[in-house]
This record gives sequence, structure tokens and C-alpha cells, in this order.
Amino acid sequence: MRVRYLAPIAVLIGLTVLFVFGLGHDPREVPSPLIGKPSPDFTLRVMGSDEPYQRSQLLGRPVLVNFFASWCAGCKVEHPLLMELSRRGVEIVGIDYKDTDAAARQWLDKHGNPYAKVIADVQGTAGLDWGVYGVPETFVLDAAGTIVYKQIGPMTEEAWITRIAPLMGAH
Amino acid sequence: MIPELGHFALLAALAVALVQVIVPVVGVVRARPRWMEVAVSGAQAQLLLIVTAYLCLTWSFITRDWSVAYVAANSHSQLPLMYRISAVWGAHEGSMLLWVLMLAGWGGAVSVFSRRLPRDVLALTLSVLGAISIGFLLFILLTSNPFDRNFPVPTDGRDLNPLLQDPGLVIHPPLLYMGYVGFSVAFAFALAALISGRMDAAWTRWTRPWTTTAWLFLTLGITLGSWWAYNELGWGGWWFWDPVENASFMPWLVGTALIHSLAVTEKRGVLKSWTLLLAILAFSLSLLGTFLVRSGVLVSVHAFATDPARGVFILGFLCTVLGVAFLLYAWRAPSLVNDAEISLISREGLLLLNNVFLIVAAAAVLIGTLYPLVVDAFELGKISVGPPYFNAVFLPLAAPLGVLVGLASVIGWKRGQRGELVRRLRWPLLIAVLTSLAMPWILHRQTQVAAIGGSLLAVWVMVATLEGIWHRLRNRDNRWRGLIQIPRGVWGMSLAHFALGVWILGVTFVSLYSVERDVRLGPGDSVELSGYTYTLIEVQGYAGPNYDADRASVEVSRDGKVVAELSPEKRRYRAQGSVMTEAAVDHTPFRDLYVALAESLEGGDWALRIYYKPMMRLVWLGGVLMALGGILAVSDRRYRLERAEQRSRVHSVEAAA
Amino acid sequence: MKLCRGFVRLALGLMMLFALPAMAQATELEGVEADRYQGMINQLRCLVCQNQTIADSNAPLAQDLRDQVRTQIQSGRSDAEIIDYVTARYGDFVLYRPPFKRSTWLLWGGPFALLLGALAIAVSLMRRGRQRPVSAAVDPDRLRKLLDEESR
Repeated sequence: MRVRYLAPIAVLIGLTVLFVFGLGHDPREVPSPLIGKPSPDFTLRVMGSDEPYQRSQLLGRPVLVNFFASWCAGCKVEHPLLMELSRRGVEIVGIDYKDTDAAARQWLDKHGNPYAKVIADVQGTAGLDWGVYGVPETFVLDAAGTIVYKQIGPMTEEAWITRIAPLMGAH
Repeated sequence: MIPELGHFALLAALAVALVQVIVPVVGVVRARPRWMEVAVSGAQAQLLLIVTAYLCLTWSFITRDWSVAYVAANSHSQLPLMYRISAVWGAHEGSMLLWVLMLAGWGGAVSVFSRRLPRDVLALTLSVLGAISIGFLLFILLTSNPFDRNFPVPTDGRDLNPLLQDPGLVIHPPLLYMGYVGFSVAFAFALAALISGRMDAAWTRWTRPWTTTAWLFLTLGITLGSWWAYNELGWGGWWFWDPVENASFMPWLVGTALIHSLAVTEKRGVLKSWTLLLAILAFSLSLLGTFLVRSGVLVSVHAFATDPARGVFILGFLCTVLGVAFLLYAWRAPSLVNDAEISLISREGLLLLNNVFLIVAAAAVLIGTLYPLVVDAFELGKISVGPPYFNAVFLPLAAPLGVLVGLASVIGWKRGQRGELVRRLRWPLLIAVLTSLAMPWILHRQTQVAAIGGSLLAVWVMVATLEGIWHRLRNRDNRWRGLIQIPRGVWGMSLAHFALGVWILGVTFVSLYSVERDVRLGPGDSVELSGYTYTLIEVQGYAGPNYDADRASVEVSRDGKVVAELSPEKRRYRAQGSVMTEAAVDHTPFRDLYVALAESLEGGDWALRIYYKPMMRLVWLGGVLMALGGILAVSDRRYRLERAEQRSRVHSVEAAA
Repeated sequence: MKLCRGFVRLALGLMMLFALPAMAQATELEGVEADRYQGMINQLRCLVCQNQTIADSNAPLAQDLRDQVRTQIQSGRSDAEIIDYVTARYGDFVLYRPPFKRSTWLLWGGPFALLLGALAIAVSLMRRGRQRPVSAAVDPDRLRKLLDEESR
């Protein structure tokens, strides 16, 4: 049995290993290039008012920045967990992505408001700068305003316990 | 009852497949002819059972039996009959049933048309096909049963994916699967040869017509798929290098290489182990494609609803089948000795080069398709590999094939004469050079290196192929008689090669000279594009059978004369609320005018996308002509006689060896 | 959860995916700028879609990115700057033409390396053939020719 006749088998094994990996991964989840970088600058307004809100107001303590919208199905899924976290004293800043103030107000009245502040990103410009591609997405910021983690899709109990809580120094 | 009957037929088919694999193999080992014969009746019984299952599912669709989960998920009470029938393969479960139907069909065909093969070879071939069938039947029964019932029974179905409600999609999947799955026959022959040790050129003779047939169906299927995407997806593209397209293109490339290397092995007794490997590879890539499209490891335009369990099953099955095949190959193939030498200036030398380029091109497509997964696996980030990559890498790998086609039609087997090569090809070359310099300028008043290069290659292929035909007539008194006397195999080859030239011409012009424009028009407004004036007359709503639509009427005129009335539509399918763009196309062989209706804007205006696409038709004409070439080749008298004489020849070859 | 999200996206995607994108303002660019715009949006990937360029998708994100590309072209940014802009936010995933870097050199170079290897093997096969005299007792060519004639 000469070695070169074994080449097809070798390729097959290589591909199999690759596919076994692939079956366990979501090809649609795109990691953010912003991790480890300062969070993008923005100046928006607080929802339902003209009060400005800037990046500097996110500094000084660890914060969760949660992009959500009233039209987003996944947001409803993660909402009870966010409520629970806010009860535990986690500061969550909500950015209402491509939404109207009225619709978001109504949605929060109905489902509860876990946010310390809700910021309106009507045009989605902040979303673009933060590399949001599908709400909900949640960014973990440290005290210096650096993005240390990004949760793509609904927040989960597991992600909170294993990844996010340690980063925020919370329990 | 009918769905249960279908389910039962599948179970019975599985049982038959088990018998079809085990009994004949034992028969071969113990040299019992009667046991080997079981393979034939097994393959035919299996075909019958799977046809029954398939008809049962079709019946459930026709009668709108919403108690069948698959029917409820993919049909609707308002869906027209034609689409209710084609909806059978509209999603994962049913398309797998179509897959095994095709497999059983090929098995049945082999059992009928290859009765004169040596008994043990036929028995082994059919049991290999049976083994593949076992895998896929188990897959259907365990993970994707289309006959599963729904409870409670919904009042109506969720409708067929609107993308699939198109005449092109009624025939595209069956043709594609015919080709895709058809490579299983070459695979089975190769395995039978490896198992039985009869790896002499004989198996290549038996395999050739089957491979060509599978190939021609695949060619048609891919061509039709491209045509459908062009009309239905609304972005005017005809090939996007999407994983689902690549999944069918890779087997096509390898299948094309196989057709050529089969010729070399049969005629010259060289490249024996390589040809065996290709026969295994072509079907491997069909299996790989099935895995890629259905497992969800890649993001594709046409991803079936994916489920990791299904991916695991197909992967396990793929590894088993290919692992066995490659191990057999590694065990047996080293003993093969070539009967002759290969020199570069000979037809076999050129065909060897043809294989090099085809296989490397297929490998490039594979690398590009899987690379995002590789990068992800090594945690190097996420990347996308799209058309810019494939065009940049595939074209330089494929272009030499065009050069080779021209040479091969002139050069003979064994050892060609350089002098003759030059003498016969200088005129085709001159014609190609002059035409390619002139054509882009004459047609578009603007030329570029790529256009000259593409036309040069295209015309070279066409003229050199014609020269090959002409050369065969050179000494004939009566040229017309001579034309008739050329074997169909040669006609088929020449037509397929000529078609490649047609295709290259189409691709060159449509890629380089297409014009695309997004415009905003109100009723009565006009816009000019590439010499044509498009006027939006009006947009009217109407109700289709299961959708509501806006239909625009657009008048296209040139130099004040109306050349076409186009009616692009935008449809909203009621059941799912999905919006579809139905483009409208006016075409001549030399150009397509393509209008798609985008959306209504304020003030009664509409957004439209307009394309001018020169020579678009040639791309598909090339594909169709290639397939016609395949039909001519398989209808060659040699194969028909072959069948009658196979048995005696096998004995004489054995005697000679 | 992953699956659930996938499903939600898929459902959303299917609803809008194959309708043509909004292009109300598409006529603002002229000449070279319009060509650059078309070229650019045809090689950027829409992240929320199955596998489509932002030119072919009407997902809201694709719309936003098209607007960005248009305004940046209008404000005189170069193609490279625009590509930097999108990759800084979404990573290399948005580029249908993967950049040439260490993690992709196999992608770009692999096929051509394979070609060289395969050509080398093919040439050595033909060389070897030339050096070795045919030593079969039966001339296989003649045998084959006889068989062919028999089958005609």
C-alpha cells in the first residue's frame, strides 16, 4: 500500500474534523471587531425628551448596553432576564434601535422597564457605529468605556453567569 | 391511509435494500449465480416501492391532506395544481425522497440496461447502489419522514415557499438530482471493479455512457437553476458562487474530468487508478453537497431548514461510504499498471492536462466554499468568500481548458505531430485573433483586454472544433455522406466543445458589458439605458391564485420604435406574507432587457431596477448545447452494439490478458 | 436559543429577502461615482441575510449600509477608507473579497500551489513514460485497436 494512495483518506478525515466543528457552530454569528476597543462615540437623546446623552455618561463603572426595539421578537425573549438583572442592581442602558418613542414607551409599559436610561437611536446611526446587525445585542462596557464582551442575540442566564457577570464584577 | 402506505413502502424499500446488499455479496463470495441475481430483482423491487412512496406523498399534496405535517408546511389550499405536485420536493423531507427516487431509478436502469455485464460485476454494482440507498432511507425514516402526521390538523397549509412557485423550479430539481445522484452509478461501477479486482479498462467501457448521462442531466440542471435564479431572485445575476451552487458545480467539474479520463483509460489503458479515483470523487462531491446544503454549516441563499441531528447523520453516512471507498482504493489501486506511456503532444497528454485544470478548479471551489469554516475553526475570525474571490481564482484556472479544447480536437492519440498541429491550427488561430479584436468594438464601440481575451478563447474553441469536423471530411468525395458517417460520439464531443465556446462568449460579454441602473419613475416617465428608452406606462394591482400583485407595464423603445412591452411584478403571497419580485425580460440572442419592480414610493412613483445584459442567452444556450452533446454521445451506435456484445468481449479481453 | 434566533431571523429574512431593495435615492450619484457605488455595494455582504450583497437585499441594515456608502462617496472618501469604515464595525465578514492576510494566504495561494503541484506530477508522469520502453508481450495498443474495430 503506497502512501500516496492514502491521500484521499487523509483529506476525508480532515474534512470530517472540520465538519464536526462546523455542526456545533452557528455560521451566522459574527464576532464584533470592537471587542477590546473603546466604545464608539455618540450623541443621542434620552427617549421621550430632548435631553442629550453621550458616551462620556457611560464611563466610570461597568455598564450593560442593550440594543433593543419594540418590533424585535428576540427582545421579548430576553426581557424577563433583563428585568431580573435590573432588580439585582445591574445597570442596563437601553438603546432603542430604529423605533419610535411612542412604540417603545408602550412596549416598556407593557413588559416593564429594566433600563436605567433609555436612549433613542431612531435612525440607527449608533447601531451602525456599534456594529449592530440584529437586535437584541448587548455590549459589556468596563469602567474605562472599553467593550469587553458582546452578546449577540437574546441574553441568556448561562451567558450572564459564565461570561458577563465575572466581567462586571457582579454576582 | 395513503400516507401510511407511503411510509410502509419506504420501510419495505429499506428491507429490500438490505437484501439487495447482503445476498448478492454473499453470492459473489460463494460463487452462487442465483444469489447474485437477487441484486437485479432487488433493485427493481426497490424502485417500485420508492415510486409508490413518492406517489403517496404526491397524492397527499394533490388532495391537500393537511394532516400530513410536511404537506401542511409546504402547500396551501389556493396553490395551483402544478405547484402542488412540485411542492413534493419543495423542502427538505420531500427532496430527500426525490433523492432516493432518483437513486432507485438509476439502480433500476442499471439492472435493466446492463444485464449483459459479467454477473458478479452487476451484482456488486447493484449492491453498492443498494448500500447507498440504505443510508438515505434510514436518514429519511429516522430524521426526515415526510409522512409524519400533524395533530391537531390545521385548517390550511402554510404554503410553498414562494421562491419555488416558478415553472423553472418545477423541472430544475429533478434534473439536478438526476445528474447529482447519477454519479452514483460510476461510483458503484468503480467500487465493483475494486472489490472484484476487475479493474481493467473493461469497467470504463461500461461506465462511460452512464457517466455521460448523469453529466448531461447535471449540466441541464445547473443551467436551469441559473436561469431560474436570474428570473426569480430579482437581482439579475445568473451565478453567485453560493454554497448551494458550488455544491452542484464541484461534482460537475469532477464529472467532466471523469468523462475525459474515462476516454483516456478506455482508449489507451493509462491513468487507470486516477480514473477510478475520479469516479469515486464525483459522487463523493455529490454527497458532500448534500451535506453542505442540509446541515447548516454554511450560510447559503437556499438553506434547507437545518437541524444538527440531520447534519450528524449525513456526515456519519458520508464518512462511512467514502471511508470504505477510499480504503478499498488505497488497497487495490497500487497494483494497477499502465499499459502505455503518455507523451505531452498527444490527445492523452492534453486530456491529462485537462484533468489537472478541472480538478484544481474544483479544488479551488471547494477551498473557497469551506474556507470560512476553516478560519472559524482556527478562531481566526469570520470571513466571507464570495464572487470577487471565485472570479479571480477560478478564471485563470479554467481559461487554459479553453486553449486545450482547441488543441485536442486536432491532435491524435499516442503521439501527435507538432508540424500538423501548427499547420491545422494556424487558420483557426488567425480567425480567432481577428474576430476577437473586432467583435467587442463592433458590438459595443468600446473594447478592453478582458473582452478581447474572452472572445479570443471563445472563438478559438468554436473554430478549432469546427476544424476538427472539417478535417474528418477532407478526403471524402461526398462531404454530406461524410458528415453522416462521423460517429455520434464525435458529434457529441464536438457539440459539447463548441458549446463551451458559446458559453465563454456569453460569459465574457455579459460580465463585461452589462449595465445596471436603479431608477425612480412615475407613470409616463422615461429613462434611457444603453440606447433603449424605458417608459413606465402604469402600475396596476391584480389578484393571482394565492397572491396579490402589482404589475407594471413598461414600454421599451429604441430609435422611436417600440421593441418590447415588459410587465414586471411584485407579488405578495397571502399565506406567508412574503414579497417576491417577478422580473420581466425581453430577450434576443444578443441581449436581454431586464426590468424588476422594486417598490412604490411616495407620489405614485415606483423604484425599478433595469439591466441591459448583452449575450445573456448564450450562457444558457451553451449549457443546453453541452447537454445535447451529451445526448448525442450516449446515443452513439457503439454503446448500443456494446450492450449486445458486452458479454463476448469481456471473455475475449480476459482471454487476451 | 441560537436556533430560536436563527429561526426568527430566517422568518424575517424570507419575508423580505427576495423583494428588491429600496432605492429611492439611488439616482443621486452620477458617472464614475455611480460606478464606484455599484461596485462597492456589490461586494459588501448583508449580515442579516442568508447570502446576499447589500445591493441585492432590502433588509434595513443593508439599506443603512448603502446610504453610508453613498454619503461617504459623496463626501470624497476613497474606496479603501469606506472598506476600513465597514470592517471596523463588522469585521472582515462583510467583505465578499477576503483581504489578503496571514489567515487567508492559503485561500488565495492554495489553488495556485495545488496547480503547480498537479502540473509537476503530470509532467513527471509524462517524463517517466518517455524513459521507460514499453515491455508488454502483447502490444496493448494493437489489442485495443482490434477491439475497437470489432465494436464498430
